Amino acid sequence: MKKSILKNDGVQSLIASLVCIVLGMLIGYIVLLFINPTGAGEAITTVIKNFLTYSKTTSKLKYFGNTLVKTAPLLMCSLAILFAYKVGLFNIGAAGQYCAGVALSLYAALAWHWNWVLCLLFAVLGGAALGAIVGLLKSYCNVNEVISGIMLNWITLYLTNMLLTRVKEGTSPYTLGVDKYAASSLIPALGLGKLFNNNKYVTIAIPLAVIIAVVVMVVLDKTKFGYELKATGNNKNAAKYCGMAEKRNIILTLIISGGLAAMGAAMLYLTGYEQWNCSTSSVPGMGFNGIAAAFLGGLHPVGTILSSFFIQHITAGGAYVDKTMYCAQISDLISAIIIYLCGFVLFMKYAMNRGIARREEKAAAKVKEREAADDGKGGDQ
Amino acid sequence: METPYAIEMLNITKKFPGIIANDNITLQLKRGEIHALLGENGAGKSTLMSVLFGLYQPEEGVIKKDGEVVNIKDPNDANALGIGMVHQHFKLVECFTVLDNIIMGVEPTRHGFLQKDEARKKVMALSERYGLHVDPDALIEDITVGMQQRTEILKMLYRDNEILIFDEPTAVLTPQEIDELMEIMRNLAKEGKSILFISHKLAEIMAVADRCSVLRKGKYIGTVETAKTTMEELSAMMVGRNVNFHVEKKPATPGEVILDVEHMTVASKVHKNNAVKDVSLKVRRGEIVCIAGIDGNGQTEFVYGLTGLEPLVDGKITLAGTDITHLPIRKRNVMGMSHIPEDRHKHGLVLDYTLEDNLVLQRYFEPEFTSKAGFLRRDNIRKYADKLIEQYDVRSGQGPITIARSMSGGNQQKAIIAREIDKDPELLVAVQPTRGLDVGAIEFIHKQLVAQRDAGKAVLLVSLELDEVMDVPDRILVMYEGEIVGELDPKTTTQEELGLYMAGAKRDEVTA
Repeated sequence: MKKSILKNDGVQSLIASLVCIVLGMLIGYIVLLFINPTGAGEAITTVIKNFLTYSKTTSKLKYFGNTLVKTAPLLMCSLAILFAYKVGLFNIGAAGQYCAGVALSLYAALAWHWNWVLCLLFAVLGGAALGAIVGLLKSYCNVNEVISGIMLNWITLYLTNMLLTRVKEGTSPYTLGVDKYAASSLIPALGLGKLFNNNKYVTIAIPLAVIIAVVVMVVLDKTKFGYELKATGNNKNAAKYCGMAEKRNIILTLIISGGLAAMGAAMLYLTGYEQWNCSTSSVPGMGFNGIAAAFLGGLHPVGTILSSFFIQHITAGGAYVDKTMYCAQISDLISAIIIYLCGFVLFMKYAMNRGIARREEKAAAKVKEREAADDGKGGDQ
Repeated sequence: METPYAIEMLNITKKFPGIIANDNITLQLKRGEIHALLGENGAGKSTLMSVLFGLYQPEEGVIKKDGEVVNIKDPNDANALGIGMVHQHFKLVECFTVLDNIIMGVEPTRHGFLQKDEARKKVMALSERYGLHVDPDALIEDITVGMQQRTEILKMLYRDNEILIFDEPTAVLTPQEIDELMEIMRNLAKEGKSILFISHKLAEIMAVADRCSVLRKGKYIGTVETAKTTMEELSAMMVGRNVNFHVEKKPATPGEVILDVEHMTVASKVHKNNAVKDVSLKVRRGEIVCIAGIDGNGQTEFVYGLTGLEPLVDGKITLAGTDITHLPIRKRNVMGMSHIPEDRHKHGLVLDYTLEDNLVLQRYFEPEFTSKAGFLRRDNIRKYADKLIEQYDVRSGQGPITIARSMSGGNQQKAIIAREIDKDPELLVAVQPTRGLDVGAIEFIHKQLVAQRDAGKAVLLVSLELDEVMDVPDRILVMYEGEIVGELDPKTTTQEELGLYMAGAKRDEVTA
């Protein structure tokens, strides 16, 4: 019996993700129809097209670059979520750890004019420290990581606002521009920007994030450390039984996860693409979108590269929706709907597997009737 | 015309990837009979019952209730048809009370408010009537396995089920409890309930069942009346060959002391008293020592303390001359302690890992399986897994890459035993190693334990099964309420004497 390509786990994840995306866009379209039927079709295509809306190739390239600039931090956040998830932890604190990354990288850059590598590492340290708090609480006091993570998110947000107020522009609530005041802290582009019509925000942060995705994959799949972490995530008791330091593993996982999220923040803010608003009153969505990106990517590091890009793509695309027909919040709404549906990947996979199983059983029954005597190898790889 | 059958499963076929779990199986259960379903691990008993209970859909075959074809899509359908089941692994909510678990799903309410008093009355009446002693207000996580099972049985009775399925019900009970259960089953059958009794314990089947259907490797072998057959015939039907019931072994030749436990005291998680009180014992090279006792008398906690899963309140443990009292689990394992755990799902396996990854669970960190840079050496792992699978006859759908969860209980246990024995330990701690296994597998495991003894290892067996306690070890220590109350020689003692010690009716001052 030939093994169906549909039974491959990777192929399944891909199809499930695509189905979720299409469903999300469909529902988004229906919502648009309700609000204003005349512009719905155009609006949804605008969201999907994103930078392709521009007619000139140079503009397309430039805005493609911008999307990539923001994909890097999203990818890092989704890796943070994924890494913890493989160990059975739901690191919703990634949003706060991202915040810590913003605070420390910007402060190190603007106040001390550190080299970008040091700024980046400083941010990682901050995220890791937050992760360590959650991890310590989890393993020694049995505090749920979701609860302590969410509460730390807010604490971190206001600490970030406090700290960065010291390096903000005089009258506006925004921090000083890294490109103007701390050029030595900018992540180098090494000529990458030229490929995107001299987009100065395109830096080596983007390939760096991709490399880290690959590193995460290798660590989880190929190393002893990954074997231990996944065993701890799947069965804490068995991990303890065979002598793994399950408490240490939980703490270490959250430290790494926190570091990844914070590094993502540094990868964005050290390009000078964005300035932090010191009166921000909600935790940045990057960490939360990371959850959707991780699931949409089938909880696979390579999958998250694609899903992070896609989610950033439609988020950016939302900004181009015709504001004369729709209110300003529509862009966020539409991308939120699509992102929400992205969370349904695991369900889609489950539904698909049931469908395939049913069909195969029927087919197998027919084959069996025909070759009743022939005892083939049924379950080979 | 009315049929005599309460439930008929006709020509059932159910397949899983790489394995046909049920191949054209027919099972007919008469009204008011106790019908045993006998078969080895992986013979398809549990699958067949899951089909009946609506957990799996068969590819072929029909199910009839009172002669009418029925379609059972999920356990709710089965429930509506009056089919109830006590699963091998209980389906209870750990943090709910016994009473809450019994009434769950069929809670009596008035104006939307729970009427627990009514429920409690009914449960207590049932409990008294059938001698199923439970504490309705205890949390499931705090009570013994035996009481959890009684809760499961009450769950079925509370729902007024007519067809009762018992999946390996005696695996976790004490001899006295088993006798009680047999009595309960007979009473239930007398009242017109039809009972399907899944077991591989031939003596119990002969004692309680009216008829017995036998499965082997997913195929239906036949149905016999127990009055007209013998245990030998049944076991031959089950395994396809004759089985030796008695464990053959030479007299032991004990050497130096490998394990020396002095004054061990371990706290209890359930109550404020210590679960293990001042226990001292020695196990020598080349002998099998068995800790016997009724479930819940501190054996589990003793093993936790010994293997490092729980800290000691007091005491000292010496393994092969080294004080290991405060050593972490990994150190103990590396120093030569192997542990076949009581609960293979909780401790023994990472169920979502592959078979090969589970087989290296105690050794993955060794240079053979992990390179200096910290990368797993997958080739070596595969080779090692293939070797163990072959050597210990671990059967599974896809060999080393089978997910452990999809394997049958007996083969999961074989995998654990292969892993723990192949580690070449000084001391093998085997806790209920044959729990829920069939005759063939039990014979295999007992042989392995004796082989370890003959190879000069110290073996500490913890068992609740009377036959095992009498047959396998060279010395028996009886544990009662956290203390060792007697040391017996299996060659000279009787089951009755053992029972007296286990029930706390008799005790000696023991300094093992």
